[in-house]
Amino acid sequence: MEWINLAYLVASILFIYGLKGLGSPKTAVRGNMLGAVGMLVAVVATLVNKEVLSFGWIIAGMVVGSAIGAYIARTIKMTAMPEMVALLNGFGGAASMLVALSQFIIAPEYLHSPTWLSALMLSALIGAVTLTGSLVAWAKLQGFAEKAMKIPHQNLLRVVLTLVTVVLAGLFIWQGSGLILCLLTASALALGILLVIAIGGADMPVVIALLNSYSGLAAAATGFVLMNNGLIISGSLVGASGIILSKIMCKAMNRSLSSVLFGGAMVSDEQMASIPGKEFYEGKVKSCGPEEVAMLLEDARKVVIAPGYGLAVAQAQHVTQELANTLEARGVDVSFAIHPVAGRMPGHMNVLLAEAEVPYDKLIEMDNINPEFSQTDVTLVLGANDVTNPAARDDASSPIFGMPILEVDKSKTVIVIKRSLSPGFAGIPNQLFINDNSLMLYGDAKAVLQDLIRAVQEL
Amino acid sequence: MEALIGALTIFVLAVFVGYEIITKVPPTLHTPLMSGSNAISGITIIGAILCAGAGDEGNFFSALLGFLALVMAMINIVGGFLVTDRMLHMFKKKKD
Repeated sequence: MEWINLAYLVASILFIYGLKGLGSPKTAVRGNMLGAVGMLVAVVATLVNKEVLSFGWIIAGMVVGSAIGAYIARTIKMTAMPEMVALLNGFGGAASMLVALSQFIIAPEYLHSPTWLSALMLSALIGAVTLTGSLVAWAKLQGFAEKAMKIPHQNLLRVVLTLVTVVLAGLFIWQGSGLILCLLTASALALGILLVIAIGGADMPVVIALLNSYSGLAAAATGFVLMNNGLIISGSLVGASGIILSKIMCKAMNRSLSSVLFGGAMVSDEQMASIPGKEFYEGKVKSCGPEEVAMLLEDARKVVIAPGYGLAVAQAQHVTQELANTLEARGVDVSFAIHPVAGRMPGHMNVLLAEAEVPYDKLIEMDNINPEFSQTDVTLVLGANDVTNPAARDDASSPIFGMPILEVDKSKTVIVIKRSLSPGFAGIPNQLFINDNSLMLYGDAKAVLQDLIRAVQEL
Repeated sequence: MEALIGALTIFVLAVFVGYEIITKVPPTLHTPLMSGSNAISGITIIGAILCAGAGDEGNFFSALLGFLALVMAMINIVGGFLVTDRMLHMFKKKKD
């Protein structure tokens, strides 16, 4: 059976090279292809292995799974990528959980050592949490439960359920009973729901990255059940990837992982009470029409566009690029400012703008674009809110103080395109909107941009 | 015990390798990174194949669980790699 481990080694090397290829947009397509080849090697090696005795279920499963997977991959809209990734995370976790349960039935009694049972327990536990956690995240992204949901005694419930799960896990390793395994899986499924349901929409990038990591760790745990190096290596690669992304996202929001997971909403109830309501904006906001903005853009030499989740909601990526092209044709220098947590998952804005054929060298990361705002004539804020709030930089009493922001307020004129003055994910008013150099242009991003393009062309 | 320590060694080293490679992925490609690594986590399919194809060693129930695991893992693999490919082509075409 040596050759099969050799095949898994080859697959692992291909995965590593594949991920390495994602280091640059030029090599990324090939990298992804290498990963797929690695998967093919691993699957074929397993299939021709003598341990596989019947093929009926296998062929059926592969056909059904491939058809569904291919259909989703072809038809999914780029704006819905966070939903798709959330679902895929869940499926990965579910697969590991099901394998663990099935292996418990298949493996003969003499294999049931405490270490084996521990691995099986972890595989089922992490898999189950990933499954339900991802489904809740998916539902939130779909808009079923956008806000952080408050369940009464939520923290107490979490603690109790966590304790129950830990006790069941210990009992299972001790007794090795199938009934306890079922109870454990059930309580882990409930735990997954409870852990994610209280997390607000704005924290979704962190949650999705974390669940991504869990799906990898579940696979690695399955590797320990089967004592299979291929699974262990691939699982830990994915586990590491998810952890890194969650760390980056947390840093970009100036939050700790534990405050995302256990803190619920971003702003506490006491802070909420002291936040001004509508009077914050009263009489201080200036609004304008597309013609006025068109004239400003006409005279500008350097324009920066700062997109946010609103761009995805309005499906406005293509019109945005059209506006950028129109302006560039008139000799205006246009670039895009990308905040790390703009959108609902890491890199969300980049994918949308790539779909609209914005060259990726026009997308500038926060740290690189911030020094440029002082030389920018007009900045268009498109469906972004809290990530542009100067209070995060200037006002030590602000609940979001310390969060890194796009310093759009430093440009000569800021045009904020927004439906209304409603607050963003943090639930607080935005200082930017009442600044002297800010103008509000109300409306749906897509419609407003179309008007704007027309107005520019008519000049 | 020896086998476990060997497996743990591989696990820890692989985490380090993963950490080193993935910190080099630029933020622009973070979404494809997630969907692509998702596809890789579909490697659980190896376990699913062993469960679904265990024949008489298992029973109907274990085969059914294996079958469901196979479907899920396969969606992950096929969906993950294909959608990543679709996205990456969008990033690629402008430069050429």
